[in-house]
Amino acid sequence: MSENSEILVHVKDVEKVFRRGSEEIHVLAGLDLEVPIGEFLALMGPSGSGKTTLLNLIGGLDRPTRGSVVIQGERIDQLSDRRLAGWRARHVGLVFQLYNLLPVLTAERNVDLPLLLTNLSKADRRKHVETALSVVGLSHRAKHFPRQLSGGEQQRVGIARAIVTDPTLLLCDEPTGDLDRKAGDEILDLLQALNREHGKTIVMVTHDPHASARATRTVHLTKGQLSSEAIA
Amino acid sequence: MTNPLNWFSQVVAVTGFSLQTIVNRKGSSAATVIGIAGVVAVLVGVLSIAKGFRKAMTVSGSPNTAIVMRSGADSEMMSGLSRDETRVIADAPGVARASGGPAASAELFVIIDLPKRSTGTDANVPLRGVEPAAFDVRRELKVVAGRKFEPGKNEIIIGQGAAIEFAGLDLGKTIRVGQNDWAIVGVFTANGGISESEIWTDAAVLQPAYRRGDTYQSVYARLTSPEAFDAFKNALTTDPRLNVKVLRQADYYADQSTLVYNLITGLGTLVAGLMGLGALFGALNTMYTAVSSRTREIATLRALGFRAGPVVISVILESIVLAILGGMIGSVGAYLAFDGYRAATINFQSFSQVAFAFEVGPALLIQGMVYAALIGVIGGLFPAIRAARLPIATALREL
Repeated sequence: MSENSEILVHVKDVEKVFRRGSEEIHVLAGLDLEVPIGEFLALMGPSGSGKTTLLNLIGGLDRPTRGSVVIQGERIDQLSDRRLAGWRARHVGLVFQLYNLLPVLTAERNVDLPLLLTNLSKADRRKHVETALSVVGLSHRAKHFPRQLSGGEQQRVGIARAIVTDPTLLLCDEPTGDLDRKAGDEILDLLQALNREHGKTIVMVTHDPHASARATRTVHLTKGQLSSEAIA
Repeated sequence: MTNPLNWFSQVVAVTGFSLQTIVNRKGSSAATVIGIAGVVAVLVGVLSIAKGFRKAMTVSGSPNTAIVMRSGADSEMMSGLSRDETRVIADAPGVARASGGPAASAELFVIIDLPKRSTGTDANVPLRGVEPAAFDVRRELKVVAGRKFEPGKNEIIIGQGAAIEFAGLDLGKTIRVGQNDWAIVGVFTANGGISESEIWTDAAVLQPAYRRGDTYQSVYARLTSPEAFDAFKNALTTDPRLNVKVLRQADYYADQSTLVYNLITGLGTLVAGLMGLGALFGALNTMYTAVSSRTREIATLRALGFRAGPVVISVILESIVLAILGGMIGSVGAYLAFDGYRAATINFQSFSQVAFAFEVGPALLIQGMVYAALIGVIGGLFPAIRAARLPIATALREL
């Protein structure tokens, strides 16, 4: 592991318990994880192992029952909902398995969404959107609605939306899970390029060894704890 | 990049997306719009009845016209005055002068049965016996067809409202009332006021026809000015020869319309309230469906950094937009269907029919829209709170 100053994500002794009626489900149990700046980390594990829960904690979409989540020196699990929303908007780009595009908006307006939370002028927002779409190779599809795009194209719009604010951290939840092999490979190529050429730190949840092979490091979760790790 | 847009801009953005998704939920949205339109149409429609009724009762209430009845009488029906008393009243200070003497008309008032044109059922129609000065007291009264009745003859003139509502009231025809035939020689208007619901004849002819001897029920007097009322009233109420009550005509008619006005308004509000409850559940259902079908979208927006508050407001605004749309359709529908619609109803305080036109005015339309918006706010509130409370992490995985 790298020096402490280079650590972007620091998950310490995190426990996550869900309640279903009177039943308590321990999804994460005393988990520790560090992600250095510039790493492309794959989180693998069987269903129910807690990998998406861990990703949600890192992205400030959920809070741990115990333990701490520190991103770039800021303890995000203690932020108020309001400040956490602002923090997400500034620091995190999210890529979802099912793309989560708004069907009523064109590709460029979907990419523009996170920029609505900034104070950029319309012209500046437009430049950012054009750049993001060109990075993912979809400038020619800017005016298309999600229903007019293939799955791979929709995911690339999703990635453009994730990078448009130039966030520190990209969090991808099964980004190739709904795509065929060819489209999946294109998405992985893109993520790899964002990591290598643009220096993005990426944490990617996947159950696909083919996908995790693109990461610089892979950690496995079993029953809420890290069970093994491999460095590419 | 770090300064977030203010809260209001987030509301505008999220509401914009919400409204754009309405087309994806045409069915449930249309059901809500139509439901609320129906409620507003009923509310506005029923209240327009009350409004029109009150207008008919009060429009002709000139401020310088007074009515004098026996003390203790709540209406002309219950009053009785002798000829001597009516002369004292006509000579009281403050009464304006007409060409033939004081502008005061001693009148009597009987109820006759006539079938309604619309239903054929019998209705109580007021037949008023007046003195020649009556036309000088009520200057708004105009004979628009035919002529005035001739004194001493069994002739009547009919108010335009009565002519529309009751069968047999046609100019040139004769109607039989009791033992007498009455020729209809004229039709009059009175600015849409209460007099238009009446039939008029010569008091001197009506008295023997109804065996009223030489008695009357009221005196209508035109005063020299509205300010003359107090002196007129004082003179009559302190005169030992009289035992009378003196009212401004406007106050009398307003009082006479209170019972029916309150009844219609109360019933209308009750019906609209119950229907509104139904529409409220419709709106709730629509908005719960809207939130449910957009669970993942809402979660995505919140994951991207949009706050819960703007999401709440956007759901409520969407509900209000649907409700206002329904309110507009209902209001316009009510206006087209009811405004000016002529009808007659019994005034329980005079036991006689009042012909009037429904009136859908701006105030009623605003009232309808406010009611619709209220349904929208309540209908959107709980679904909005649900939308804001959805755990983002769970909602993101909703299909």
